[in-house]
Amino acid sequence: MILNYSQPLEITNLTSWLDTTLRSSMSEFWVLLIEFVLVGVVLLAAYAVIALILIYAERKITAFFQARYGPNRVGKWGLLQSVADMIKILLKEIIKINRSDRFLFFAAPVFMIVASMLTFGAIPFGKGLNAIDFNIGVLYVTAVSSLGIIGVLLAGWSSNNKYSMIGAMRSGAQFVSYELSAGFALMTIVVLAGTMQFSTMIEGQRYCWNLFNGHISSMIAFIIYLISGHAETNRGPFDLPEAESELTAGYHTEYSGLQFGFYYLAEYLNMFIIASIATTVFLGGYMPIQVHGWDAFNGIMAMIPTYVWFFGKTAVLIFLSLWVRWSFPRLRIDQLLNLEWKYLLPINLVNIVLMVILVLTGLTLTDLFPGLF
Amino acid sequence: MEKIKELILTTVPEAVIEQKQKLTVTVTYDKLHLLAKTLKENAALPFDTLVFLIGMDRGEELGVNYLLSPSSDLSKEIVLKTGTTDRENPLLYSVTDLFETAHYNEREVFALFGIRFINNPDMRKFFLNGDWVGYPFRKDYDTNPELNPLSIESKDIIDIAPRIMEVDGKLVEEEVNIFGEDDYIINIGPQHPATHGVMHFRTSLDGEIVKKIDIHSGYIHRGIEKLSEALTYPQILHFTDRLDYLSANINRHGLCMCVEKATEIEVPERAQYIRTIMDELNRMDSHLLAWACQTNDLGATTAFIYGMREREIILDIFEKTCGGRLIINQNVIGGVMFDIYADFQKDVKAFIIYMRDKLKEYDRFFSHNVIALGRMIGIGNLSKEDTISYAVTGPAGRGSGWSCDIRKHIPYALYDKVDFKEVIRTEGDSYARYLNRLDEIEQSLHIIEQLIDNIPEGDICAKTKAIIRLPEGEFYSRVEACRGEFGVFIESRGDKFPYRLKFRSPSMALVSAMPLICKNEKLSDFIGIGGSMDYVIPDIDR
Repeated sequence: MILNYSQPLEITNLTSWLDTTLRSSMSEFWVLLIEFVLVGVVLLAAYAVIALILIYAERKITAFFQARYGPNRVGKWGLLQSVADMIKILLKEIIKINRSDRFLFFAAPVFMIVASMLTFGAIPFGKGLNAIDFNIGVLYVTAVSSLGIIGVLLAGWSSNNKYSMIGAMRSGAQFVSYELSAGFALMTIVVLAGTMQFSTMIEGQRYCWNLFNGHISSMIAFIIYLISGHAETNRGPFDLPEAESELTAGYHTEYSGLQFGFYYLAEYLNMFIIASIATTVFLGGYMPIQVHGWDAFNGIMAMIPTYVWFFGKTAVLIFLSLWVRWSFPRLRIDQLLNLEWKYLLPINLVNIVLMVILVLTGLTLTDLFPGLF
Repeated sequence: MEKIKELILTTVPEAVIEQKQKLTVTVTYDKLHLLAKTLKENAALPFDTLVFLIGMDRGEELGVNYLLSPSSDLSKEIVLKTGTTDRENPLLYSVTDLFETAHYNEREVFALFGIRFINNPDMRKFFLNGDWVGYPFRKDYDTNPELNPLSIESKDIIDIAPRIMEVDGKLVEEEVNIFGEDDYIINIGPQHPATHGVMHFRTSLDGEIVKKIDIHSGYIHRGIEKLSEALTYPQILHFTDRLDYLSANINRHGLCMCVEKATEIEVPERAQYIRTIMDELNRMDSHLLAWACQTNDLGATTAFIYGMREREIILDIFEKTCGGRLIINQNVIGGVMFDIYADFQKDVKAFIIYMRDKLKEYDRFFSHNVIALGRMIGIGNLSKEDTISYAVTGPAGRGSGWSCDIRKHIPYALYDKVDFKEVIRTEGDSYARYLNRLDEIEQSLHIIEQLIDNIPEGDICAKTKAIIRLPEGEFYSRVEACRGEFGVFIESRGDKFPYRLKFRSPSMALVSAMPLICKNEKLSDFIGIGGSMDYVIPDIDR
């Protein structure tokens, strides 16, 4: 029943081959060192490439929403536009602001990018394709992703600009609030899955995604996670910290060149990270669609490499997020906080209790229909 | 009106009443406030709307003309005139306590003519810096550029307002601080994406809540009214397009009408049809942009593009008719410059069908969106009394329940021949203003529908003399522009140039109400309310 078909497209084959080759010729220390460096480089490269693809995709999709063409001049269908933009941003001057707190001003974007990169490292992109598989993966991701807010607050504070300050303050309030909801929504699923480790969690969703397994409770948690995750990425309708029609550019008004690029990259990557965590926790991660007893079907599904499944599911969620972003007007700060503290949080707390009851009384789908799911 | 004349004479027996184009009453400066108050407070026909406040340099004396109307019937008009011969230190009494709209108008008169108003709570110059030498609109103004050199140094903004108050019959000069000591003040503008132009709101904030707004304007003031005093009437026409550029054609219609009425030129019927249709197309164009900008101010970028998409079709029709898109140079004195093209009717009819469909789409996409409703309903409330006092006209005025559509009150062109509804809502919030614009687009479509098939054959322009001279006198005209009432005042001394020309700017009234309706709202709502008021800055900085 386990995936014993040959999977020529899996990257795991390549990595294990590399590992055995290295081990056959050098000592344990050097093997680990080389592998650490390789993983680091690949992650950094993936980070940049995914951001470029996302920027292009967003611009193109938005254009179609808005009856426009989107980028179509650089390269075929404007494919190279993001690359050109990246080169431009690298070449731009980093402007020093008078009367700003120089050290904090430069440190802020680093916080932002480091936090999002730390989270990025823990995501399982495919079978065996994660830098580290913590046994407390969910906790780790929640913890490090919340570091990013320090970058935002520092940016607003150190810029010595009133608009930046208002943007940062809004962001602080927003992030603290929605982090709570996102965390609770993930906890609901941890209760269901009984583990915090991503790989175990995905393995447990082989025949039934967590989204369906805990039916009512999971659905609620999923919707809450999408809303609060979307809010955490500071994108419309929750883009108050950088509301361009109010605060020009919010907390990163004074940044230019690569420093601005860091914020820009982090924004897109955070969108990806939120979508990929939702994929992993709710939608079975990199696991192909499998049905009990349909061996042939399962075999064909398993032929598709796991990373394609992962990126496919994530792409659907990202599209959802873009759709919301480009349809809704912006919330006001008090409405935003009302939504969180008066609606999402109480619902969430009740939802966790509900999930505990479901799990304890054996009302999850896997418990109800053992042969089917 | 006979009763009003009696009332005037019983209040101020020495008042001089003349029947010119409008009923004109001249009084001495110390009686003006009393007369205005009596007119405003009489029970039979309260003249409670200050339509025009015009600073004048009449040669010997400096003075002000006021045009008053009852808010219930804007077609009744009285002109009050007063003045002072003291050119060194001209002082008049303020009517700000009666009509709030006078406040910024009086500050404008101070900047341009140097007349100070007693009892105006804030007598800083509007449009000009406090240290400007001379008063540009006076006839004896010295235009030597060395007097007011271009400064390349940054100047701090001084938040101290001088004023003259009358306390127990004595005049006291005093200075007041605009803001408190510890106020957190941010400058929204002059360069800001949501001020719709070069507008500067100094805003004091308490957290996210707006405590007070101080308006600075004049960053792009061009002195159009002064420039016009040296230009012939056909030349001045081109300036009207550059006021509120989004209702360019309607502004121009206003000036053309004023000159035509003064010189008694008969406009051919075909030209009237074309003018009316073009005005309504222009109105839709402007309302679409206003809708788009308002949604953008609320953070919905996609809706913004949808508005622009529909507007593009109107602009295409304009371009095919006369080559211009935003500023179309269509109206001239006596008629229109270009005839409609062969497929004009077909294009417009296709647009009517298309636009009705899109209005439904707007309704589905944005008008009932839960976030949008939360950002508009109950936000930026403007009561009917304040609307009249601030003379806020247009869709914003009608959103507060004031029937102020000049097309209904003083019909011009073909508006008395077509059937259309004046859209009035009584809520007075952002959402009422928002819905009013969409409904007015529907009414404009309805108006065009009635006219488009019946355009008569004939001339498009009356024969006019090569050089147009206006007879001696004072001439007013009022039209319904996209943002409210646009007015033209010309004082002619029989020359081919106007002696004084004044435009009534609807946007100035809209902006002057902003500090009132934004008080104690959130910063985000300040932007949203600005979008719902839909002011255009070049209209203020004439």
